[in-house]
Amino acid sequence: MLELALRGSKKYWLWLGFLSIFIVIGFAFYIKQLTVGLGITGLSRDVSWGFYIANFTFLVGVAASAVTIVLPYYWHNHKIYGRMTLLGEFLAVSALIMCLLLVIIDLGYPSRVFNVLLYPNPSSILVYDVIVLNGYLLLNLICGWTVLHSYYKGTSSPSWLKPIIFLAIIWAPLIHIVTAFIYQGLPGRHYWLTAIMAPKFLVSAFSSGPAFLIILASILKKVANFDIGERAFQSLAKTVTYFFIAFWAFYLFEVFTAFYSGIPGHKAPILYLFVGFHGHAEWAPFLWTAVILAIVGLVLLLIPKTRKNETTLVLASLAVFFSVYIEKSIGLLVGGFTPNPFEGVTTYTPTFPEVMITLGVWATGFLVLTILYKIVLEVEKRRILIHS
Amino acid sequence: MYNADKVIVGILVLIIFFTTPFWLNYKRVEALPKPERAEKGEKCIEDTAYMRAYHMKLLDEWRNEKVRESKIYYQSSDGRIYLKSLQRTCMECHRSMANFCGRCHAMFAVKPDCWKCHIAPEEVKKWR
Amino acid sequence: MALNRRDFFRILGIGVISSVGVAGLGRISSRAEIEVVEHKASPQALIGKRWGMVIDMKKCLEAGEECINNCKAIKACHITHNVPSIPDKKKEIKWIWMDNFIHTFPELEDIRLKEHLKKFPFLLLCNHCDNPPCVRVCPTKATYKRKDGIVMMDFHRCIGCRFCMAGCPYGARSFNWIDPRPYLTSINPEFPSRKAGVVEKCLFCYQRLDEGKLPACVEACPSKALIFGDLGDPNSEIMQILKERFALRRKAELGTQPSVYYLI
Repeated sequence: MLELALRGSKKYWLWLGFLSIFIVIGFAFYIKQLTVGLGITGLSRDVSWGFYIANFTFLVGVAASAVTIVLPYYWHNHKIYGRMTLLGEFLAVSALIMCLLLVIIDLGYPSRVFNVLLYPNPSSILVYDVIVLNGYLLLNLICGWTVLHSYYKGTSSPSWLKPIIFLAIIWAPLIHIVTAFIYQGLPGRHYWLTAIMAPKFLVSAFSSGPAFLIILASILKKVANFDIGERAFQSLAKTVTYFFIAFWAFYLFEVFTAFYSGIPGHKAPILYLFVGFHGHAEWAPFLWTAVILAIVGLVLLLIPKTRKNETTLVLASLAVFFSVYIEKSIGLLVGGFTPNPFEGVTTYTPTFPEVMITLGVWATGFLVLTILYKIVLEVEKRRILIHS
Repeated sequence: MYNADKVIVGILVLIIFFTTPFWLNYKRVEALPKPERAEKGEKCIEDTAYMRAYHMKLLDEWRNEKVRESKIYYQSSDGRIYLKSLQRTCMECHRSMANFCGRCHAMFAVKPDCWKCHIAPEEVKKWR
Repeated sequence: MALNRRDFFRILGIGVISSVGVAGLGRISSRAEIEVVEHKASPQALIGKRWGMVIDMKKCLEAGEECINNCKAIKACHITHNVPSIPDKKKEIKWIWMDNFIHTFPELEDIRLKEHLKKFPFLLLCNHCDNPPCVRVCPTKATYKRKDGIVMMDFHRCIGCRFCMAGCPYGARSFNWIDPRPYLTSINPEFPSRKAGVVEKCLFCYQRLDEGKLPACVEACPSKALIFGDLGDPNSEIMQILKERFALRRKAELGTQPSVYYLI
């Protein structure tokens, strides 16, 4: 089936070429990081994880969000997602590839990465994260590829696939819960030490992921003449709306707990992120942008007229996507490491090489996504031809 | 076979390409590594054949036993006792990283990380 | 002979299993080659049930500004362990260092705090917790707790994921963001340096204890403000001190059970 990705229009090749440029630049900077060390990033003794892990955390959510399509379709027979499930599964595949790349890029000693498998520490959440992320990648590849292959052959999916699909459905929330546990079990990191972290991760995933799918589906409709259908758009829009409300509600619960209890350690990170702490407020403009985007997104999603109009729905989805992206990636990381263990502030700004490497990873993800979607579209085209 | 002439030529070119190291080094005895003899000490901790074949495993065993289990002494097969230390035991007699370790490692293109952290005798001299 | 699919997979399976088996056997038999040797612990090693430290800040203050500004304990530690002096604060590496009271005990912040306490320079180092979060989170057991309570680092195994730095509530861990060698001011050939990409911290001089010596900082402090000993032995010197005097531990509320006590 892969050969279907080798024939395409000029635009298709231009797009792949455009992505490749970023991959090459990112890779060149990564080679520099390998020789010099992680010192080329803006990370420090006090803020020891940054842009890489921030993007990783966000993308785990995008990967987990495939379940918002697959579950209704397979479990509740929600037929209107028929043309969507493959898009959801392959979005998960490319998001997971980005996640794994980002984790490896963040390692100081990547050539030793297999020590995790040789000497796994059963009490380390990171070990479980490696297991669930790779497992979920495998499950989605198997499910997506097998279904696609049966479409290609014009047969129905094999019977052994059903239990694997159900396993993938149960597995999806796990990847995000385990990723949340990486953060929420650490003593002394006030911003992360909260039981609502895992549920907040899940609702943020289930809003930003489908929002991203709305954007992608709308692009596919324009450039590839592939329409998931008006009802599928609206169904996704509802998923985004409910989970996005839950996401910011959970955030406000955090704010209430911190400020009503008045415990300084709990207040400090929120103060730093939004208004300033010890005279530092480097990330406040970004966090306020997230808030404004959230308001814009919510208004557009809640008014029936704008939700039903595809242009405004895409705008709302973009607002949701970037709102969650800011809060959950850089906000989460910087907030977690500020204040430092000495209640001081060490500022962190990603450096140019760091941003370029991350862009390279995103470009790789989009490249994989484009190729997988291209195959899906070609198979669909053949299917329609055969049926008519 | 279709296109037999092209296929056979292709295979031949590939064979020649992948065997170039053999042709380039044919009869070049100087390519054989000769690690420098120890500057002092009469006998290595184990015999030469054993050390040549298993030094990497021995060192790996040493570092785990010493760092992780505090078993800092090694009793060799003839009963002598040594402190397990690359810097303080091995390099006490073999005074040069480049001329002892380096020669074989270069030949076999192995690049162990030992000296990125451990301090080679050459490095110590630089500081004096 | 034409193979059908089932037979093909059966043969493939047998092939895979037997080759894995042969490889495994090969590994075991080649390992046997070095099993003849013996590994021995040191007879003169200092043995403790749970090593700990008491830092008497009063003695430190009495020693005067001159002594504090040129702390011999810090110097001895950093020279012994080839700790580089990197001028960039964000990339710096330290095993033992000084900070003020408020940074050391942020939860005890008080505007009515005794004036002289504010001046106190506190010596900070790894607390060698009884319940260390860094050990819990390390994916490869590169950092682990020894039977005698020392929280160890195996630099050979560290993959540089920095989960331990996020886990440590005391900021005791440093990461080698760049090659540390160019920043060494002197070199101790008896101890390794580190390479870019691994985490490091105070190891309570495990290598000196193994050879029967006290930690370098304890030995170097001229006013004997650092007292090292066995918290598991009720008759040890530090247990006697802790019985008599009130001592503080950093962030005791987190339940990590630090082994470093401060007398003020």
